[in-house]
Order: sequence, then structure tokens, then C-alpha cells
Amino acid sequence: MTNIQSSAVVAETEGPLVPPEPGAATKARPAWRSLNFGPRLWVSAGLILLITLLAFVGPLFYPYAPDQKVGSLYDSPSAEHILGTENFGYDTLAVLMSSTRNSLINGLLAGTLAVFIGVTIGILAGYVGGWLEELLMGFTNIVLAIPSIVILILISISLQSTDIPFLKGIVGLALVIGITSWPWTARAVRAQASSVGTREHIDVAKLSGARTPGILLFDVLPYLASYVVMAWVLQLASAILAESTLSMLGLGPSGTNSLGMQLHWALAFQAVATGAWWAFLPPTIVLTLISFGLLYLQSSLDEVFNPRLRRGKKKNLAAAAARRAENARKLAEQNEREEVTA
Amino acid sequence: MGLKRYLANKTLWYLGALAVAVVLNFLLPRLIPGNPVDVLVSKLGQGGMSSEAQKQTYEAFLREFGLDKSLWDQFVLYITGALHGNFGASFSFYPTPVSSLIEQSVPYTLALQLPAIILGWIIGNVLGAVAAYKGGSWDKSVFTTSLVFSSIPYYCLSIVLLFVFAVTLGWFPVGGAYSLGMSPEWSWDFFSDALTYWWLPFISLLLINIGGQAVGMRSMAIYELGSDYVNYSRSLGIGDGKMTRYIFNNAMLPQITGLALSIGTMVGGALITELVFNYPGMGSLLFGAISSSDYPVVQAVTLIITVAVLVANYLVEILYGFIDPRIRAAKSGEK
Repeated sequence: MTNIQSSAVVAETEGPLVPPEPGAATKARPAWRSLNFGPRLWVSAGLILLITLLAFVGPLFYPYAPDQKVGSLYDSPSAEHILGTENFGYDTLAVLMSSTRNSLINGLLAGTLAVFIGVTIGILAGYVGGWLEELLMGFTNIVLAIPSIVILILISISLQSTDIPFLKGIVGLALVIGITSWPWTARAVRAQASSVGTREHIDVAKLSGARTPGILLFDVLPYLASYVVMAWVLQLASAILAESTLSMLGLGPSGTNSLGMQLHWALAFQAVATGAWWAFLPPTIVLTLISFGLLYLQSSLDEVFNPRLRRGKKKNLAAAAARRAENARKLAEQNEREEVTA
Repeated sequence: MGLKRYLANKTLWYLGALAVAVVLNFLLPRLIPGNPVDVLVSKLGQGGMSSEAQKQTYEAFLREFGLDKSLWDQFVLYITGALHGNFGASFSFYPTPVSSLIEQSVPYTLALQLPAIILGWIIGNVLGAVAAYKGGSWDKSVFTTSLVFSSIPYYCLSIVLLFVFAVTLGWFPVGGAYSLGMSPEWSWDFFSDALTYWWLPFISLLLINIGGQAVGMRSMAIYELGSDYVNYSRSLGIGDGKMTRYIFNNAMLPQITGLALSIGTMVGGALITELVFNYPGMGSLLFGAISSSDYPVVQAVTLIITVAVLVANYLVEILYGFIDPRIRAAKSGEK
């Protein structure tokens, strides 16, 4: 109960009474050091990096191609084929690497598109306000209420029978996912943008004659940057999952590998029931790791940008307590000395 | 006064969303270049059907789906049909009406999803609040576990559970909803049999829902813990029990909105879970319909899912209106 008071008192007394010795002053810390990246951030970033390496660098060193028939239906793992073969007799690891790559590319395209649309709509609605805000947010709320999976299914069915090759593969799917998953971002960005819009530096910008697009780009967007980065990470994860959901329903990019397609074939050829774990566990694990890694990355970024969510480490708390005790001791010594000299 | 306005406002919005959803549901499948019947009949043609029979089938399907009429007439037919619960006949199980296919699968989906969503929400919120309040290692373990579960895609957890507990350990049956030789009926035997098949998909949905809610509730509660009223009440010496209740009540409100917004995702995930477990609900019906280009079934299922999600969202928002004291007190609606 007295914690707040006592710490406030300490904070007041800490600085001026005991000036730091000039020699012991630390070198100026670079600005990014104050961001306080926790171990969580490193773990999650490492995880994502590992998967990216598997997807993009792995195939360069692996002897088998994903479209090279090397065995028959569900050959068990062997020294030659570490993860055996899948239902078409392709090497599972080779397929896994190409699937992961395609899923990541899909996520990147769709996630970026979704963030772009969401931020544009959100920032316009939040900053400009008025009837534009009503209109855009009304639209957003309606899209948000309709389950996106339904829209995704309906559009992908149309895409399946299209003749345009560009729309048939990963890119078409990414477009569909991108244009259906922006409402979350738009809503959150609007709230932030309208609060930034009332700050003083915006008035300064207006007075100095900046135009609205300029203000949005240089005076509003930078203040939302941390949020946009987090939203982007989330959109990446949800786009990758949306792709695999659609693929499992049989609406995936036909003729292309993706993590969802791999699971789709594994289910279609009864891999789970026959115990061919090497056919379905690898894509399952990679999907889970991607999703977990990205969400973990988002939550640790949230803690970096948002100190209120940060929980103090025991070590730091102990260090702070020790520092306070030390200061109190010095203070006492100082007082003693003053008494002596007086 | 505020409440009435809030209710009217929400009702209007949801009616608007419903209208848009119904129109999209009608229009999107019709954007397909060519028409679905072409695709279907060309598939049948590959099966070696004579051209005369093919032509007859083609025309029968065209009439059945109403594709020989103008787009507006089709829309009117579609709306009146849907209002009467008549979605036409299925292509692949011709002439079984779509509505009877749906009647067979809805109970399984409801039995799986309703308890998973409601229980998951309750358990998740309590767990998240406790984790935030207790802090320390409790918080760390609950948070990490919840984050893991909330980030596992539904179907991934389903596949792993199915493989470990059904295929490898043999504790649960592998897929399906009841044993061979059983038929769905209102009898004790059938229920106890179906229950053994129900557990695994249910647990897999429940775990993920708990995880998602706990993560959300934890960060809400941490926000509340740092707020001024908490510090003030603490300085007044208000006891832990009462404080937890205050925090819980306040952190609860965004969680209720969160439930409304996540129902759609939960339902989508659950559809795929059915697929993994071969559970004969709406998800499996949809999957079968997609792979056999059974457009009437696809359209009916997507429409029903949309309407169900919208109704659920609406009910949650109405409930929110009654719970949130700010709405009851407000003189002028929202905000």
C-alpha cells in the first residue's frame, strides 16, 4: 500500500542528492537500446528466420526436387529420404520446403495488401472524419460482421473456374485473402488516427501549409508506425492460416504446393488413419511454428512499444531495490559527514 | 433512453450487414465465367454419358437452378426460397433437397460448437484474469500455454490430437460421429456411442478457444490493474476479493465485444476441424459440396453460416447493451 508513496519519495531523492561521479557515467546508449527487446522477441524472430531459411535456402542444398517422383505412396522415412515420401511419391521434405516458401510468399502478399487497404481506410476515416468516416466505418463494420471465411470460400470457388492463369495460383489466392481481411486493421487504425489528428503538431503542419496527403503521410502515419508493424505481423499470420484453411477445403491453388495443400492431400489419402505421420506432421508443425512465431513476435513487439504491458523482471526489481538501499546509505554517510564538519 | 437508441442502432447495422451478406452470397458464385451447370455437366460428360442424356440433364439443372431466368428473377426466387427454407435440390444427391442435407448435419455442428465456444469463453476469461492478477510464474506459464494454444491453427491441433489419442493410443475412435451399424436416433445407446466420437473434436476446439480468450483477458486485466481507480482503491485498503471483482467486471466488457468479433473465426475454424475428424456436420457437408461442385449446397451452407454468425454477433451485442452501465446511463446513445 505504501509502495507508491515510498517509491515516489525515492525517485525524488535519488537524483540531486547523490550526483553520479563523472568518471563512472556510462557512454551514451544508442537510441535503439532503450527499446528494451526482451528474450521473447529474439526467440520469436529466430523462429521466423529459421523457417524462412528452410523455405528459401533449404531447397538449394537438398538433392530432390518437389516434383520429382522418387518413391511410391507413403514410403517410410529412410536415410535417403529423411521424411519419406508423400501420397504422389514425391520426397516429403522437398515438398515441405516448396510449400513453406509458397505459403510465406502468399502470406507476405496478402498480409501486405490487407495492411495497405486497412491503413488507408483507417487513416482517412480517422483523420478526415465527418461523413467520410461514417461511410468508411459503416462499410468496415459490415464487412467485419460477415464471416470472412464465407466470402473467401465464395470468391475462391469463382477463381477456381477462371481461365486467367495469373489468378489461379498463389497470387490470386493472396489477392482474395488480402481484400477480405483488412477490416480489423482499418478499425484499429481509425481509432489511433483520430487521436493523433487532435494533437498539436498536426495544427502546426496545417498552419505551415501542408496538404492533407502530406499530413497523413508525414505527420500521422509515423505516429502509427509501431501499430502498423504489429498489425502487419498479425495479418501475415492470419493470411497464411487463411490460405491453408481454403486449401484444406479443396479451394487452394491448384497444381501448386502449399502447406494447406499438403495437409489436404494427406487427409484425402488417409495419412492420419494409416499412421503415415511423416506426410502430415511436418506441414502441421511448420504451420504451427509460423503461426506461433508470428503471434509471439507480435506480443513481444507489443511489450516493446507499450510499456504498460511490460512486467518487471525480478532481477531488475532486485537491482533497483539494491540501488535504492545504496543511495540511502550514501545519503546517510553524507549527512553524517555534514554533521561532523558542522 | 441510451439503451433504446443503442438497440435500435445495432439492429439497423445488423440488418444492413445481413442484406449485404445475402446479396454477396447470391452474386459471388454467379461471377463465375460460364455457369456452374456447364462445369458440372462437362464433368458428367467425362463419365461417358450420351449427348442426348447430357442435354436433358443440362436443361433440367438449368431449370432447377433457375439459370434460364434473368438475374433479378433469380434473386427473387433465391430470397423467397431461402425465407421458406427451400434451397432447391442438391446436384450430387439429386433430387434430395438441400434443406434435408442441412437438417442432417446441423445438429452435429451445434453439438460441437456451442459448448466449445461458451465453455471456452468462460474458462479462458477466468484463467486470463487470474494469471494477470497473480503475476509471476503463474502468469508466465498460463500466458505462454494460452499463447501456444491460441496460435495453433484449429486443424493442426485436431490432426495432432487425432493422431496421438485416436490412432496411436486408441483411446478414442478414429473419425466419424457414431459407430458403424448405428443410425442417428433419440436413444440412449446412440447418444452414449456418439459421445465417444464427440470428445476429441470438442476438446480440440475448446483448448484453442480457451487459449485465445485467456490471452485477451490477461492483457485487458493488466491494463485495468495499472489504472487509477485500482491504485486509489488499493490505497483505501479495499480487499483483494473485491478488487478482483472490480477488475474482472471492467476487463469483461471488451471481452464480450471480442466474443462477438471472434465468433466468425471460431466457426470457420470449427468447420475444418469437422473435416479432420470426418465429423458429419456443416463443415464436412461444405467440403463434399465444394469437391463435387454442388453449388446449391455450397450456397445454402454459406448462407446459413453467415446468418448464424450475424445472429450470434447481434445477440452478444444486445447482451452487451444490457450489461454495460455506460450505455444504460448515457443520454445519447453510443459514446
